[in-house]
Amino acid sequence: MEVPQFIESYRLSNGLLVIFEPMPDVQSAALSLLLPAGGTRDAAGRCGTAAILSEMVPRGADGLSSRGLCAALDNLGLQRSFQTGSAHITFSAATTADRLTDALPLIARMILQPHLHDDDFEPARDLVAQGLLALEDEPRQQLGRILRQYSYAAPWGNPSEGELQDLEQITPDDIRRHHQQFVVPESAILGIAGNLDSAQLQQTLESVFGKWQGTAPADVTVGTRPASPFHQHHESAQTHLGLAWDTVCYSDPRYYEAWAAVSLLSGGMSSRLFTEVREKRGLCYAISASLSTLKDDARVMAYAGTTTERAQETLDVTVQEILRLSEGITADELQRCRARAKSSLIMQQESTSSRAGSLARDMYLLGRFVSLQEIHDRIDALTVDGVRQFVIDHAPKSMVLVSIGPQAPDPSCLPQQH
Amino acid sequence: MKFQHCQLPSGLTLIAETNPAVHSVAAGFFVRAGSRDETEEISGISHFLEHMAFKGDDRFSADDINRVFDEIGAKYNASTSEEVTMYYAAVLPEYLERALELLSALLQPAVRQEDFDMEKNVILEEISMYEDQPSFTCYDHIMATHFNGHPLGQSILGSQASITALTSEQMRRYHASRYHTGNIVLAVAGNCDFDQLLQLVEKHCSRIPAGITHRTIPDFNPQQTVSLLTRESSVQQHLMQMGPAPRGSDPLRFAAELLSVIVGDDSGSRLFWELVDPGHVETCDLGFSEYDGDGAWMSYLSCAPNDAAANLERCAQVFAEVNTGGVTSEELEQARNKVASRIVLRGERPMGRLSSLGSNWLYRQEYRSIADDMKIIRSVTQEQIHQLLQKYPLRMTTTAGVGPLSTL
Repeated sequence: MEVPQFIESYRLSNGLLVIFEPMPDVQSAALSLLLPAGGTRDAAGRCGTAAILSEMVPRGADGLSSRGLCAALDNLGLQRSFQTGSAHITFSAATTADRLTDALPLIARMILQPHLHDDDFEPARDLVAQGLLALEDEPRQQLGRILRQYSYAAPWGNPSEGELQDLEQITPDDIRRHHQQFVVPESAILGIAGNLDSAQLQQTLESVFGKWQGTAPADVTVGTRPASPFHQHHESAQTHLGLAWDTVCYSDPRYYEAWAAVSLLSGGMSSRLFTEVREKRGLCYAISASLSTLKDDARVMAYAGTTTERAQETLDVTVQEILRLSEGITADELQRCRARAKSSLIMQQESTSSRAGSLARDMYLLGRFVSLQEIHDRIDALTVDGVRQFVIDHAPKSMVLVSIGPQAPDPSCLPQQH
Repeated sequence: MKFQHCQLPSGLTLIAETNPAVHSVAAGFFVRAGSRDETEEISGISHFLEHMAFKGDDRFSADDINRVFDEIGAKYNASTSEEVTMYYAAVLPEYLERALELLSALLQPAVRQEDFDMEKNVILEEISMYEDQPSFTCYDHIMATHFNGHPLGQSILGSQASITALTSEQMRRYHASRYHTGNIVLAVAGNCDFDQLLQLVEKHCSRIPAGITHRTIPDFNPQQTVSLLTRESSVQQHLMQMGPAPRGSDPLRFAAELLSVIVGDDSGSRLFWELVDPGHVETCDLGFSEYDGDGAWMSYLSCAPNDAAANLERCAQVFAEVNTGGVTSEELEQARNKVASRIVLRGERPMGRLSSLGSNWLYRQEYRSIADDMKIIRSVTQEQIHQLLQKYPLRMTTTAGVGPLSTL
């Protein structure tokens, strides 16, 4: 199978890295701008600075009021969002291709010269606080946040959506400093995909982003990982279980084997966890595992939600299935993983948003773009023996277990570290 | 893009919007069956049946269904609402035949007793899962109170008690009463050839029995009610309000869609500027839902319990201003631009087209291309919004909540 595709990447004069994929068969265009200003950059005791900044940036820029900016972008049909992650604040946007070109100057003004007025600080902080309070009523969401915290060393495990007790310490000056230090072109990445003319786009980008200045921030200092198991009591209907274990990151030569191993566990409705835990035993409705990768560290993270009286059995069976993977895998199940992956690759070409996001993410994690053909070929090259050997070499020696619910499960089924 | 449709000898309606420029093709059966078609005794059966569909028919076992869908790399699933059960798959064009074969198997489930008993546990877990999500609990609660005594008030999932009591015999009877060709539309969107498609459909989808079941559409007038489910351990207060709006067949529904964007979109709307932007709430929006024979405005907010009453007052103020003053031409133009862009972006994927394609036909025997949709949205005037507000003002009859409060 051939996947024809043309991708180009270049740096603007100020160092901003751009990756562009022309998609002449669609009407739309999308962008994904990674700003190296995520939650890992929050100062100690001020967790939530990046989250508040994300709320404040759209509130007026370069002489345009909050409402004026919003109306101008809405009139261009620009669907948009800011998302605060650990490495980046990501700005994503999409609209019809001609209008994206018109929106670029406005987007640049918003990102480069947001007002960040004192008056806008309190409402933005209140919104971040409300979001955190809402999480307390959503145990499944809360579990994801805690699982991450116990899976990675600080600051990579820090909750980028903020910590309630830290919000009071944060000041408007912290927000402006965060913007000045970390919203910089040097390690920012702009992924764009859609029906746009390459030469014209480059010219527009140079004219709207060219004056943006700033050098890349130094790497963050990494601390230690908290010890688990951890249980948080909650009078919820279900017990929510989270598991995590080490795997290899995106840049590792064995990444695709790691991906296949997770896919065997949780890649489709015929995968092992869904079949064994849900279909055969009826223990839960939601069960899943996925690979979470940072630049140079990665985990598999699994989730199951189940009523309390069945939580122990759910945990035992889930762990058993994860460990059983090293006992053998079949050519058929690997073939299903391949088929699903290839079909996803092809369907990605129907969405400018997902292409823009993937381009930017690949550039950050690998320092280069990856063609769909390359992914396709690497998935084709997977063998049963190769994946099995990976599963044996990387069998979890220990697992992180976190839970939320009326009762803590017994962790004795987890592999013990020797 | 090209639209074609036909009725097969069995009575099944096939509609297709073909487009050689896309890479995939999506197919979905839209079945006119949902919680409103149930009685209290079998509450939750439409959704439970949707789960049992994946347990196979007389040719495919439960394992087969999931295995073969995964073998062809399909993105597939199903959903159940108050009015429609939908089974769908998006695949690369070469796998369309296999996908149709499997989808048609879903419509004729064997409902084996041991599968039924096992899946009952999964449904009970799903009910518990939603209990831990206050916005879902709140939705169920407001639908039950707003549509009190009307079939639309019936819960999609059912209750622990109703699901526990269900038998496989009841499910087979329910299935036999609703899964007829006259209640089903097969919609296909994307890269395929209509003549070939027709052959595949004749080959694989001919076993669905002919017939039609009519749905009762009672008249309905909601009463003014306030009903709060108190959960002392909750941190936030969740509140929803509902009021009458145009029904699914009313031409005013397009104006209603634009009005809901102007008043209650998640950014840049009246509610956004009055409640979200100042940080009074975690979230606040207004939506418009159309049903068979009915329609409703539905607003949602979540905030600190102490601010709940003040925030409801703010919403009421916004609604009152719109009811008396209407909307500005700038607001209308902005909403048109937002909605037009959403139509284009969603329409680029066959999976994104499938849902509007199927629903338009199931509800109204009507096809609208992306261009038609854009034209309709562009043609909505301030005068139409005015007419809409005369007939269906933003006047909420029903308030329901989940959270620490026991009174407002």
